[in-house]
This record gives sequence, C-alpha cells and structure tokens, in this order.
Amino acid sequence: MEIKIFGNFFKKIFSSLFKNKKEIKLGFYGPPNAGKTSLANKICKDFTGEEMGEVSKIPHETKNVQFKEKVEIKFRGKTLMFKMIDTPGIATKIDYEEFLKYNMKKKDAKERAKKATQGVIESIKWIDDMDVVVVVLDATENPYNQVNITIIGNLVARKIPVLIVGNKIDLKKADIKKIEAAFPEYDVVGISAKEGKNFEEFYESIFKLVKKI
Amino acid sequence: MSKKRGNNKDLGKIRGFSIQFLPYSEIKELGSNERIRKILAIVLGNNILILQGRLKAEEEARLIGDTMAMIGHVKEFKGIELAVLSGNGENNIFNKMKSGIVNALSGGDLGAITIIGPATIVKEIKRNPKKIELLLSK
Repeated sequence: MEIKIFGNFFKKIFSSLFKNKKEIKLGFYGPPNAGKTSLANKICKDFTGEEMGEVSKIPHETKNVQFKEKVEIKFRGKTLMFKMIDTPGIATKIDYEEFLKYNMKKKDAKERAKKATQGVIESIKWIDDMDVVVVVLDATENPYNQVNITIIGNLVARKIPVLIVGNKIDLKKADIKKIEAAFPEYDVVGISAKEGKNFEEFYESIFKLVKKI
Repeated sequence: MSKKRGNNKDLGKIRGFSIQFLPYSEIKELGSNERIRKILAIVLGNNILILQGRLKAEEEARLIGDTMAMIGHVKEFKGIELAVLSGNGENNIFNKMKSGIVNALSGGDLGAITIIGPATIVKEIKRNPKKIELLLSK
C-alpha cells in the first residue's frame, strides 16, 4: 500500500515536470510597431491555421498580453510545443496626441494611450515568466534605442535565452547589419513577417534557442 | 534657471528647465524604490537628469513601469526619454556600447552616464556609434 502511494506520488511529480517542460513559453518582446503580433500571427498561421491577434499601423495595437497554447512547431523532422506569449510594445513615453495623427478622436486617443501605459506595465511584469524570448525590432529603425537595451538587459539578468529578430526586411530602409553591430553577442535574424521572408532561418534559430534553456 | 522640485505645473515648458547632475554616490546607498523615486522627482521637476553611472537592468525596467503608471495621473506628464552610455576603459564611449550590453547588468558602472528627461522637454535622444544628440521639444 505504502509503495503504491509512494509510486503514484513520484509518477505525479515526474509527469507534471514533464508536462511543464513540454510546453515552452515563448515570449515576443520589443518596442511598439516592430511587428511582434505579425510575427506571432505568422507562426500561429503556419502551424495552427489560426492567427493570434489584431495588427494595425497605429502603434500600441496590442493592449494586453495575448496567449496561444499548444502551438506545435515542426522543423526539419523535429517538433517542439510552445505556449506563445505576445506582449504589448514597451515604450518610455506615450502621448495621446500621437494617435490623433491617425484621425482618431481625442477621447479614443486618450483611451488608447491609457491602455498602452497599462500594456507596458503588464509586459514588464511578464518577463519573469518566459522560457525563451524573441525580441522583435523594426529593422528600419535605429537599434541603439534604450528600450531595446533595457529589454535585452532584463532578459540576460534573468538568464532567459534571447533571439533578436529584425523585422520588415522587405522595406528598403531595413538594415540588419546595424542591428548585428549593436548586439554582437546575440543571434540576429532578419525576416519579413508580412511577406513571410526568411522563416527557414528563423525557425532554425528558434530550435537553437530552445537548447539554451 | 532651476525650478522648485516637485512643482510640475510648468512641466512641458522648455523655459525654466534645468540640467541636473547627480553623482552616483547620491544613490549608491539607496534601495531600488528610493532610487527610482529620487530620479522621478527630479524629472517631474522639469529637469534633465545626468546621472553618473547606471541603474541595474531591473531598475531601468521598474523606472519605465513607474513612469507609465504616472502618465494620465500627473498633469502634462507623457513619460521620459532615457539613454545610457557606457564608457568603461574605452576612449570612444560608443565602442563600448557597440561591444554589447554586458554592462547593462552590473548596475553602478561609474564610467557610464545615464540621461533621463521628461518627454515633454526631451523629444528624442538620438544615438548611434558616431554621435549622441539630445533633441528638445519646441
């Protein structure tokens, strides 16, 4: 009797450990409008047939942390199960007047700004929960931005493996070399989430990243 | 040039802002909460803060979080502009920056400089390996 209880106890412990390990928490972090949701959508579409969230040209479209569970990514005969976590863009300033440029009403712009500030706070709180993180940067923007450095610094401080993605390589202004020069210690992959460019290299990098957990 | 600290009715008006230097010794003994409170009090007083050294990565994230929590609650406050320049043992501070963010973890790093200003005054801190520019709002 005692042996049976003991056996069940260990079975439960091991199965729960195995279960937790099975689904890797993959976070998408970065500044607003870099294409985090577009990338998460592309992955979800590729492997589940469904998208994850709304995208918009107006910054701070993702207002809350969004999840997609049991996303099974298959690549070159290997399979990994992910819980994908798409986060609102992190910024140091939010001005509702910026949203007025997109023909938004003042009341709506103020509401969007309010939600955006809450989104940033939420994103920061979630950092601790990630197993691996893809930092999504806009390859047409200057990578020497403190938000990028702060995000990566926080992930490194928590020993969370990081992959840097330079999105929007379909645009002429995109400069992946500049991102590589800014973050020489990290793997940098240039992609276009919108046009689905260079996803072979991206998935290969994700599988390499998971080995660092 | 300087204004009373904590009086934020002039926040956003360039006239009357000051640049305040804070040696690291002023925050060295403080805990994270007090450090961030002190920094935000300076910034809310319409000052551009030049801090000797740098905050820990976690403190930087906390500063951003606390800043966000103040937007909408403090009149005219729209956030901050923030830049950290590392300078340990390099003639060119940007060489160190280019070499990565390892120092971002250490906190302290007395060779570094942290610039923090209210977004209403500091429109943008532009930097690249060749130069740094502090662009002020009109």
